[in-house]
Amino acid sequence: MQIKSRVHDKTLYVLLCGELDEHTAPYTKMTLDELFIKPNFQKIVIDLSELDFMDSTGIGVMIGRYKKMKERHIPIYICNPSPHAEKIFKMTGLYEIMPKIV
Amino acid sequence: MKYSNFMEVTFKALSVNEGFARVCVASFCVQLNPSVDEITDIKTAVSEAVTNCVVHAYPSATKGDVKLRCELEGDQITITVEDKGVGIKDIEKAREPFYTSKPSEERSGMGFTVMESFMDSVEVSSNSFGTTVKMTKKIASCPCEVVG
Repeated sequence: MQIKSRVHDKTLYVLLCGELDEHTAPYTKMTLDELFIKPNFQKIVIDLSELDFMDSTGIGVMIGRYKKMKERHIPIYICNPSPHAEKIFKMTGLYEIMPKIV
Repeated sequence: MKYSNFMEVTFKALSVNEGFARVCVASFCVQLNPSVDEITDIKTAVSEAVTNCVVHAYPSATKGDVKLRCELEGDQITITVEDKGVGIKDIEKAREPFYTSKPSEERSGMGFTVMESFMDSVEVSSNSFGTTVKMTKKIASCPCEVVG
């Protein structure tokens, strides 16, 4: 897993590259938490265009981040999910808390 | 006579082996000419089943084995993921969406639900000596001319 980020217009853009499963989840959580703790943005966009694989472990990672950012009233959005990631997001209702944007 | 083939691998219940298990099954199933969608369904289901072994089967530091078997019979794939761990106390509950026995660990509790959605059938059997998950899926795009 490789995570790239940039801040533009008070939005933190995060690009997840690689595979998100039980093996890469701890690193993903830690890296996202380090990025999310910074005070220089008001919303977060997680770009999944470079995510090659994700199973339900990814949902746990997303829900965990959502709970942390909810306390700070910072919304998180998902963009560019693969059709497969989309299937898992819809099945779990993740879009209700992290809406998809284009 | 129907085309048939199988493969079996055993590996330690470590998370690093999840990617290996997915690629292993996907590579083996290629001979049935599955679509990208079908192969991703299978990889995801295998990942969920192996994750359960990694996270739940062996609570002590010493991790046991996971046996992964993949059988092809005509256009049907049967995948069996077996561990010799502590077993699942209540299978019905474990299969409920969003149920997790480890709520403090940011787990979605959607593993079995994902397996059920992506495969045609999922059978779980478990006792205090281990757990076996057996999943099947028919490959719609399987060419009839596959011969052994």
